[in-house]
Amino acid sequence: MNTPAPTGHAVPHDDDAGHPAPQSFLSRYVWSQDHKVIAVQYACTAIAVGVVGVVLSNLMRLQLGFPGQFEFINAERYYQFVTMHGMIMVIYLLTALFLGGFGNYLIPLMVGARDMVFPYLNMLSFWVYLLSVVVLMASFFVAGGPTGAGWTLYPPQSILPGTPGHAGGIVLMLVSLVIFIVATTMGGLNYVTTVLQARCEGMTLLRMPLTVWGIFVATILALLGFPALFVSGVMLLLDRTLGTSFFMPALVSMGQVTGYKGGSPLLFQHLFWFFGHPEVYIVALPAFGIVSDLISVHARKCIFGYRMMVWAIVAIGGLSVVVWAHHMFVSGMNPYFGFFFATTTLIIAVPTAIKVYNWLLTLWHGDIHLTVPMLFALAFLCTFLIGGLTGLFLGNVSVDIPLSGTYFVVAHFHMVMGVAPLLVVFGGIYHWFPKVTGRMLDDRLGRLHFWITFLGTYAIYFPMHYLGVLGMPRRYYNFDGYKFIPPSAFTMNEFITVVALIVGVGQLLFIFNLAWSAWRGRPADANPWRAASLEWQTPATPPGHGNWGPQLPVVYRWAYAYGEPGAAEDFIPQNAPPEPGAGEPEPEGQSEVRGAPA
Amino acid sequence: MTMAVALLLIVAGSVLFHVFNPWWTTPLASNWKLMDDTLGITLAITGLFFIVINVFIAYMLVRFRHRAGRRAAHEPENRKLERWLIGGTTVAIMALLAPGLLVYANYVREPRDALVLEVLAQQWQWRFRFPGEDGKLGATDARFFSATNPFGIDPADRAGQDDLLIAGDEVHLPLGKPVLVLMRSNDVLHDFFVPNFRARMNTVPGQVSRFWFTPTVAGRYEALCAQLCGVGHPNMRGYVVVEDPAAYQAWHAALPSFAKSQAKAPEPPAGAAAGGGGARVDQGRALADSKGCVACHTIDGSPRVGPTWKGLYGKTENMADGSTALVDEAYLRSFIRDPQARHVKGFPPVMPKIELSDEELAALVAYIQSLGSPPAQAAAEQKAPR
Amino acid sequence: MSTALGRSQAGALRGAARGGRPRDAHASAASIGLWVFMGVATALFSLFIVAYVMRMSGDDAITIALPWQLWLSSALLVAGSVALQWAGNASRGLDPMRARRLLLVGGLCAVGFLGVQLWAWQALLGAQVMPAGNPAGSFFYLLTAMHGLHLAGGLAGWAWTARAAWPDPARAAWRIALCARYWHFMLAVWLVLFGLLGWVTPEVARFICGTS
Repeated sequence: MNTPAPTGHAVPHDDDAGHPAPQSFLSRYVWSQDHKVIAVQYACTAIAVGVVGVVLSNLMRLQLGFPGQFEFINAERYYQFVTMHGMIMVIYLLTALFLGGFGNYLIPLMVGARDMVFPYLNMLSFWVYLLSVVVLMASFFVAGGPTGAGWTLYPPQSILPGTPGHAGGIVLMLVSLVIFIVATTMGGLNYVTTVLQARCEGMTLLRMPLTVWGIFVATILALLGFPALFVSGVMLLLDRTLGTSFFMPALVSMGQVTGYKGGSPLLFQHLFWFFGHPEVYIVALPAFGIVSDLISVHARKCIFGYRMMVWAIVAIGGLSVVVWAHHMFVSGMNPYFGFFFATTTLIIAVPTAIKVYNWLLTLWHGDIHLTVPMLFALAFLCTFLIGGLTGLFLGNVSVDIPLSGTYFVVAHFHMVMGVAPLLVVFGGIYHWFPKVTGRMLDDRLGRLHFWITFLGTYAIYFPMHYLGVLGMPRRYYNFDGYKFIPPSAFTMNEFITVVALIVGVGQLLFIFNLAWSAWRGRPADANPWRAASLEWQTPATPPGHGNWGPQLPVVYRWAYAYGEPGAAEDFIPQNAPPEPGAGEPEPEGQSEVRGAPA
Repeated sequence: MTMAVALLLIVAGSVLFHVFNPWWTTPLASNWKLMDDTLGITLAITGLFFIVINVFIAYMLVRFRHRAGRRAAHEPENRKLERWLIGGTTVAIMALLAPGLLVYANYVREPRDALVLEVLAQQWQWRFRFPGEDGKLGATDARFFSATNPFGIDPADRAGQDDLLIAGDEVHLPLGKPVLVLMRSNDVLHDFFVPNFRARMNTVPGQVSRFWFTPTVAGRYEALCAQLCGVGHPNMRGYVVVEDPAAYQAWHAALPSFAKSQAKAPEPPAGAAAGGGGARVDQGRALADSKGCVACHTIDGSPRVGPTWKGLYGKTENMADGSTALVDEAYLRSFIRDPQARHVKGFPPVMPKIELSDEELAALVAYIQSLGSPPAQAAAEQKAPR
Repeated sequence: MSTALGRSQAGALRGAARGGRPRDAHASAASIGLWVFMGVATALFSLFIVAYVMRMSGDDAITIALPWQLWLSSALLVAGSVALQWAGNASRGLDPMRARRLLLVGGLCAVGFLGVQLWAWQALLGAQVMPAGNPAGSFFYLLTAMHGLHLAGGLAGWAWTARAAWPDPARAAWRIALCARYWHFMLAVWLVLFGLLGWVTPEVARFICGTS
């Protein structure tokens, strides 16, 4: 292949000259427009808010495991903990971390760009996100406290007396969500446009690592899905503040006939879940992409069926917008909708299963190194498997009817959305930490953290499914006097609480590891995992301003050139020029580059 | 290696857990056995995938672990294998979906001649209504709601006059007859869930939702609320008694009709403050019902979310901060007006502030007062149930 | 010739081959970014429209008479779109003064639109149509507010463009073109909302929902 001479690469669109490196402390680390700094800002904020979420979950578990023993956890506070825990974890931790944290850091590096295409907007998106977090935390301090309506915020109860925080807390929650949506839109514009626009020469869409594909499709889902949350949130806010009746029918609250009339609570649910279901894929798709890369690198083997993996990500993203009412099978909606949504929900299992098979087939005949990132990737496979399989119970409408609203649902969504993606977050951080900081995370601490987290979360959520099959309802402050619940269930709750506390405290190991290793960790070389993808091939580690030095890279192959027959090493970096004469087997289509030499 | 062992232990442990754990579905007491069967089919298929895939991973971790000098194979794809896997998965999915949809088709097809039962949900209690002789439920609207008409039945609708009302939380049903449950809510979303019946549905204010089932086993079953409805959500309990048709008929025959309940209800007397103690106590009792007090306060001595009213008036109550207070009229009035101001020991401070006019407050206090002076001090201190 | 070029260069030249102008990469990126944002806004307004139709099919919905000011504001928005389109054309030509003038007119028309919308609000409030009380009123204020907010955001972008384009409109021609595109989009959204508020009455909504 004729490669262009590197010297011809003073391409005008390379705007390194236009954006000199920032000089002051403030412009480098605070008001930074550098995607790497913004990513770390997002990640630190998300992790901090996630710690709050873990504390809230531990408080909930104290009540569930030892009901009535902690007087300050009364019913009102319990529901406030439940609500804030859920909202924090789903939106402010997972969405922000995957898109704003991983997305911001990895996309430009993986596609060979110097930065995101709108760096100023990128910077704004972080500060607006931080504002949304501040507004959310402020709801802890207003009269009545934060909302206790459940993270789903269903009207009418979320804005009526009888629910904690119905006065001020819910208003701040909704305002915070609106602000968050603005931040996500700003960030999302960056991620999508950078992938479409700023790939370096040779980087076709089908040569991008699956991490980018996962985050890219997730971002599109976010851009199109968050408006539904915006619409429902604004209308709920107006119902609460102006007394409109978008969602509020004629009702009697605490013995008083209210002034509402004609609104539809189900309309809120349709809008909310039209956002809410894609939301779970906004969290899951980046996890899918990242785990593909973790498995591939640490098993030294190209991902199996790359094209199919890309199509599966796109198919899952597309299908995710037609399954939403599986959250509403017992909502009182038109019952005939159940047939449609059960069918689409079970169909979406097919591309998801393909991804699982392909991860397995990547391990097959691989050269598996059980590094800490690989351990987390394997744990993801195990927990995502069970989380996805239990989704088949809930998606099948008639099986869902007795299981809806029970601990089966709680166990399912924690496994598939809490445990599995979080394991990928950890695996991803252990994997890319050396690139971000130039140091390795401590290996022994990492393994200890891994085993506590993996075995602990499994022990928490696996038995919980059975409590749900029994019929134990969710969002219950206590279960006094229900005879169908045997005492053994309370013992199980105690056990789960104890494990949850251990897992919660165990995360401190991770936080400590992060802090200590960033300061004193073993220095890493530029590519400690010997990975082929482009982000590892930067001239400096950590990458400097502009990422690539004076010349942008040129890419010659896909991101998974591992174990190529006849190659000297067991991996070939994406930007290594091809050996003259060597035919590089690359799955067909990867080498088509528009506008590039034939 | 450790990871492979861990995965195998997880599989073995999970299977053993499944076999030996004491928690599975409550005993089925309705016709919806097919739901349980479909659950079983789903468990079998998903369980198989779970075991096979995890064991496969463990195997690969051992077989393909890194050894010096080995390299991974180069297998970017295998179209034929992919097609088989997609096909096989699709077949498995259809095997799950087909029975599920068949059962659901039964669920949405309501039987004719079902006995109609209306379940009315309100924060935080259940009420029930049967159509009367005319077989039709009277029209309702929130604007008709009042302390004496908690069902909100339109008094002008002739069909509603003979409706049979159950204000308490226990309803009876005859064994073996299909029941069409029509559900309404006065305020927020609730969900009438009796685990033994399997079938259930949310109640939605502003509309009527429905489901049907046939009770097949006699017994007294607990109904719970399964849709978060505020702080009283976990205490919103009801009971369904399934009994033989004769016993049911006897119970049914004794139910008051709407017309009767309206006739008995006293007009709020113009000079209520002057006296009419009996009428005021009655009004208080009706208020306790309609305002939802009975959801948390019993009158038979058993503690619930809140202290029982039996013997409450006149006793010395212990506060959470160690102080004591005499339960007199002033105490009751100030407590009801501002429940969060004080915290009674042993009970969660979850009492909502309920809107009451001064006259209604007086009636309620009179009612509580009528439930007796305190028993002899030998009575043990009340404690909320654990 | 294309060998030594990056992707966006090649793309820009393709644009040239189609008769467009070679634009630098930032302009391309901004154009794509704006399309994506328009997609997001389309999703948002589509969802509001769905909510409107569903809610207006309820029993309590009535039709309200729209204030005449809406015709005036619509005309202003049309004028603004036309002005910005001409401004975009003019900026590529030899008459920078004309470009500046039209750019200004385009912005002022949008400001005028917002002012007249507020006047329409006043008129409705004077006719006792409140935000609460009837879904038609609620949606009127909600939808016009949402559209107005998006237009106000567009004005911020317009101000930035005016600042950049004032000394040399030709260099910032792509910015003016983007403003024009957004103005057209805002006009299209407004026309749909206007049609919705004016002609999708409860009867029509019930027909659409199948509950008539």
